[in-house]
Amino acid sequence: MVVVVATIKSVSFYTQKDGQQLIYTPFREDTETVGQRALNSILNATIMISVIVVMTLVLVLLYKYRCYKVIHAWLFFSSLLLLFFFSFIYLGEVFKTYNVAMDYFTLAVIIWNFGVVGMICIHWKGPLRLQQAYLIMISALMALVFIKYLPEWTAWLILAVISVYDLLAVLCPKGPLRILVETAQERNEPMFPGLIYSSTMVWLVGMADNGETRNNSSSSSSSPPPQQESHGDFALEDDGGFTNEWVGQQEQRLGPIQSTDESRREIQQMASARPPPPDDDEERGVKLGLGDFIFYSMLVGKASATASGDWNTTLACFVAILIGLCLTLLLLAIFKKALPALPISITFGLVFYFATDNLVRPFMDQLANHQFYI
Amino acid sequence: MAAAVFFGCTFIAFGPAAALFLFTISRDPLRVIFLIAGAFFWLVSLLLASLVWFVTVQMSNKESSSQQKALLIFGVVLSVLLQELFRFAYYKLLKKANAGLLAISQEDTMPISVRQLAYVSGLGFGFMSGAFSVVNILSDSVGPGTVGIHGDSQHYFISSAFMTLAIILLHMFWGVVFFEACENQRWWSVGAVVFSHLLVSCLTFVNPQYEGSLIPTYLVLCVMAGWAFSCAGGSLRNLKLCLTCKDKDFLLANHRPR
Repeated sequence: MVVVVATIKSVSFYTQKDGQQLIYTPFREDTETVGQRALNSILNATIMISVIVVMTLVLVLLYKYRCYKVIHAWLFFSSLLLLFFFSFIYLGEVFKTYNVAMDYFTLAVIIWNFGVVGMICIHWKGPLRLQQAYLIMISALMALVFIKYLPEWTAWLILAVISVYDLLAVLCPKGPLRILVETAQERNEPMFPGLIYSSTMVWLVGMADNGETRNNSSSSSSSPPPQQESHGDFALEDDGGFTNEWVGQQEQRLGPIQSTDESRREIQQMASARPPPPDDDEERGVKLGLGDFIFYSMLVGKASATASGDWNTTLACFVAILIGLCLTLLLLAIFKKALPALPISITFGLVFYFATDNLVRPFMDQLANHQFYI
Repeated sequence: MAAAVFFGCTFIAFGPAAALFLFTISRDPLRVIFLIAGAFFWLVSLLLASLVWFVTVQMSNKESSSQQKALLIFGVVLSVLLQELFRFAYYKLLKKANAGLLAISQEDTMPISVRQLAYVSGLGFGFMSGAFSVVNILSDSVGPGTVGIHGDSQHYFISSAFMTLAIILLHMFWGVVFFEACENQRWWSVGAVVFSHLLVSCLTFVNPQYEGSLIPTYLVLCVMAGWAFSCAGGSLRNLKLCLTCKDKDFLLANHRPR
């Protein structure tokens, strides 16, 4: 979130509205009447959400019918695009802002190294910190793209609707994410190079019959949707990654994981907690889907880009999202099953954004004017 | 102006608090969580206060500046009272949470003591309060401009920074004293905390006569510092032992030879 805010504040590219929109949000918002604008934004949001839902269902179907190669290729391609292409654009804009001269050769070397190390870290093995750093950078890039290319009301509506969708998809018995979680649980399979951010390394030790198996559950990768650019028009493909991390044993207890939305997010799940056998040796970590990161960053980024209260609003949203996350983790510890990570945080974030921008900002401005302190 | 003022004021305002955070809180994730929760509670109290203020402003006469000022003063007093109320609410919540944590955890002792919680929550309140007061001012100080060109005080930035520093530290001390008082049911202490908070806020009404507001605020800060120190279990003897590196408990706990 800090990366996104820093970028938004300094690089003006991401806040310029140069009229381009994603093809999934065809309706424009610069209309004459408020009613028209509201209608357009609702339509935009509907289209975007239905794209996400469709992609989620496609992913669930692919997983159910074991088309693993397709999913792997999809994830691989999307992370490739993100690591190379988007970071190229990002670097270009940063250089423009700070007026740094750069030749193509150096740039090529930098981007190549960055991209290749990223691919290795995410899809194969790598130090945990580096992997986390890459996942964070990718989420930030994705969030920046959204902030730039989604018109305003659409963005807020999408945030609101996506948290409702997340709630439904994870908790309803027929929800696609829930089906995904249960299928993965039944099959007891190792994860895809998925799209999960894990906070610690998890070492799992198997029970007697399988000998010892150790797994780094931190093999998560990011899976933002690949974006194919064609002449300035961005086509959005959704993909979702899904990591399932059980290494075999039933008695193992993984750290609670939360499930998030798909298409642009990864799903994560959490092994149901069962009491560990006495000679088990494990360390628990928390796993969070990258899609969650993307939407949190998008909210905070939008707050810093568009709020007139400037830093106060950004700070308020930041704290609200963090608290929402803490509450979600608390619920996770209590309920011990896959939970949607978006609803609580996004609700708090949205409430605090609008409240701070409209109520707190005038108050604080007046106070600062007279230099009163509370 | 620009960068020098910005960095100077930022370090003045947030330096001690950031040092406190770095050395005592950042290592322990539980404390960080409680810090952020404290910040959140302060934020909610501010939200409610500004809601009430906003409603009253909408209902009032927007042209009359004296009325607006009166409403603002009312807003400040209300905000202070709400902040203290939310501090109390946070205290209650923490007591319940601690009881719950104790029940479900395997250990016998609480992972974090009430005194640590008091310190952490006070600092959380302080951080948020300081941030909201001064961040916009800091971000404006980066850009070009002349301070006080319309006849206002030229010391706006630096006085804001010092005031913010005082407020952050005060919140921390208030937190410690408040929680201690609530633990021991000493309600007059609670009243004293609320009163001193009101006093400090009301002193800022005399700005831009900074002598009138900054100096008494710092006096209150010193008094509260002493009070908080004794509430937290400190005494002259402890202080002397600590400073001359002869405090056996401290040395034992940190495995250092004398």
